[in-house]
Amino acid sequence: MSELLVIENLEKYFPVTRGLIFQKEIAQVRAVDGVNFTLEAGQTLGVVGESGCGKSTMARCIARLLEPTGGKIIFDGRDITHLGRNEMRPIRRDMMMVFQDPYASLNARKRVGAIIAEPLEVHDIGTDADRKKRVQELLEIVGLNPEHYNRFPHEFSGGQRQRIGIARALSINPKLIICDEPVSALDVSVQAQILNLLKDLQRDFHLTYVFIAHDLNVVRHVSDRVMVMYLGKPVETGSSKELYAAPKHPYSGALLSAVPIADPKVGRAREQIVLVGDVPSPINPPAACRFHPRCPRFVDGKCNVDEPQLTRVPGATDHDFACHFPLEHWPLGEGEMQRAGAQSQQAAAPAASLD
Amino acid sequence: MAILEVQDLNTRFRTDDGIVKAVSGVSFELERGDTLGVVGESGSGKSVTFLTVMGLLDPRHAEMTGSVRFDGEEILGLGNYRLRSIRGKRIGMIFQDPMTSLNPVKKIGWQLEEAVRIHEDVSRSEARRRALEVLEEVEIPKASTRIDDYAHQFSGGMRQRVMIAMALINKPEVLIADEPTTALDVTTQAQILRLIKKLQDEHEMAVVMITHDLGVVAELANDVLVMYGGRIVESAQVDDLFEKPEMPYTWGLLGSLPRVDIEVERLEQIPGQPPSLLRPPPGCAFNPRCAYTFDRCRAELPELRPAEGKSDHHFRCHLDGGDRARIWAEKQAALAASMRSAG
Repeated sequence: MSELLVIENLEKYFPVTRGLIFQKEIAQVRAVDGVNFTLEAGQTLGVVGESGCGKSTMARCIARLLEPTGGKIIFDGRDITHLGRNEMRPIRRDMMMVFQDPYASLNARKRVGAIIAEPLEVHDIGTDADRKKRVQELLEIVGLNPEHYNRFPHEFSGGQRQRIGIARALSINPKLIICDEPVSALDVSVQAQILNLLKDLQRDFHLTYVFIAHDLNVVRHVSDRVMVMYLGKPVETGSSKELYAAPKHPYSGALLSAVPIADPKVGRAREQIVLVGDVPSPINPPAACRFHPRCPRFVDGKCNVDEPQLTRVPGATDHDFACHFPLEHWPLGEGEMQRAGAQSQQAAAPAASLD
Repeated sequence: MAILEVQDLNTRFRTDDGIVKAVSGVSFELERGDTLGVVGESGSGKSVTFLTVMGLLDPRHAEMTGSVRFDGEEILGLGNYRLRSIRGKRIGMIFQDPMTSLNPVKKIGWQLEEAVRIHEDVSRSEARRRALEVLEEVEIPKASTRIDDYAHQFSGGMRQRVMIAMALINKPEVLIADEPTTALDVTTQAQILRLIKKLQDEHEMAVVMITHDLGVVAELANDVLVMYGGRIVESAQVDDLFEKPEMPYTWGLLGSLPRVDIEVERLEQIPGQPPSLLRPPPGCAFNPRCAYTFDRCRAELPELRPAEGKSDHHFRCHLDGGDRARIWAEKQAALAASMRSAG
């Protein structure tokens, strides 16, 4: 299999400025701060994290809708990090996005046919008649009635609109589709339809997805590999199988256990880790491990001093985590999240005093 | 006695295209201190049911019949003046989108004080003291300084806490929460659900949790109503509903939920769209999307009937008991098989 997308040390900083005229830069928002991953053709990478963790900014950098501050984006063997507008044009044919809000991402004044045909027009593909045929074919592929070609977006429900968004993304046969929270605005029953559709399309058209979501449940269902992000940095990456079977980072554990389980008995029996507070400001991120102020396993003198690097899980082929006190096993029993932290705190204390 | 008793509630909207039957024949009871989960897709009538209960619909547009008894007193059709002593005081409400439910140009402290002063004749300073107390209760950090902030200075989760504070400030007996966590991250959702549970225990409130997520219901509710096409299609205690759901729509809802504890190759999906309430399909409203439809389903609306051996588990379906038991057993077996193959 070939590597379609390689991201090396991707960074995106936004300046925080003060003053109307001189716009003095007073700080930086480190929205994406050192992301690495490799995505093979035909695979799906799930990217998970809370709002404000930089996952959408990362997606926009990959699609070159934003100019990265540092790092490298290699798409289909070519470094596209700093390509200009005209050089990007042919590459954009191979990369499309599906957005979160199906109400905001479709032009309300255009007919569905024109919306789906727009990428074809932009890239000057086919005659009008060809395009019309292609649009009807696409409507059929995504499970809509080809006759609805002349309708407006408001005549469709949320799930149907998301199908239109997907049809538009498919129109020019891209290699990579970046899905930015494609199902978070939908009802669960419709969510299942869209997730199944995305999976079928991947199989039929050999698509590669970067799939962004805040819900680990949804991501599990579509992803081959998963990356958990926190404040612009990946804290755990791995194959879907290994990461869900045995998450190592407390943040991944917390995300997993935050999801309500649709079985009251299982739900009552499990130990839930509820994080306190919100994601801190990326303007002034916490020192060392960025998760430490919210981490139930925080050890003073270690987590806030020494930044953990991504390390391979012993014995695993594709599973890395960045934590000094990883979870020993999964699922955790009652109180183990805390107790294990307390134990390691004692173990770490003499080491800290030696320093 | 039940704190909230709804009997044969119907809500119809007159529109240019005809009459929309948003709620049809809904009956349920809510006991003090209980949690009722109300589940359904968009357009299933779950929100309209409780807007009707609260008297928040304009009678010029909506025709409402039936009976809503709050603490033994009939409140359906009461005027705003009479309702004011109940709404916001004895029944609190939280809405989905905390940004549009808060006033952007008033400090949140002012908005909380207003909620007290509308219902009680108290001084500004007393109202402010109560506002601060309730903000601390919903675990807003540094409440004494945050009280003078505006809504936009809060994150989504914190805004929802402010909404909860506002609903709780008059110590209501019933809290109606309409999709309170749908717009939030999963971690924030877990915080808010835990907070609602904690406050419910402390205040001995009854809670109505309206949601489209069966996971949230499983987490919080004692009793569940499943709504479809403006009607209750299944009602049961939470454990019964998840153990042996009787209605094909509930099966579909359960199957379509991606679960973190179970890996399946393919999610079960409910095909098609929710029915139009303007021109609902004849017979059972679910028949166009149901995999087990037969002639009777298209002709006749199934009655809400009790499940075998259970007095508090009701459902609407024409399939007979043997068929339903067999289909559910097959579904469980298929789920177990796909879990094994997924490893």
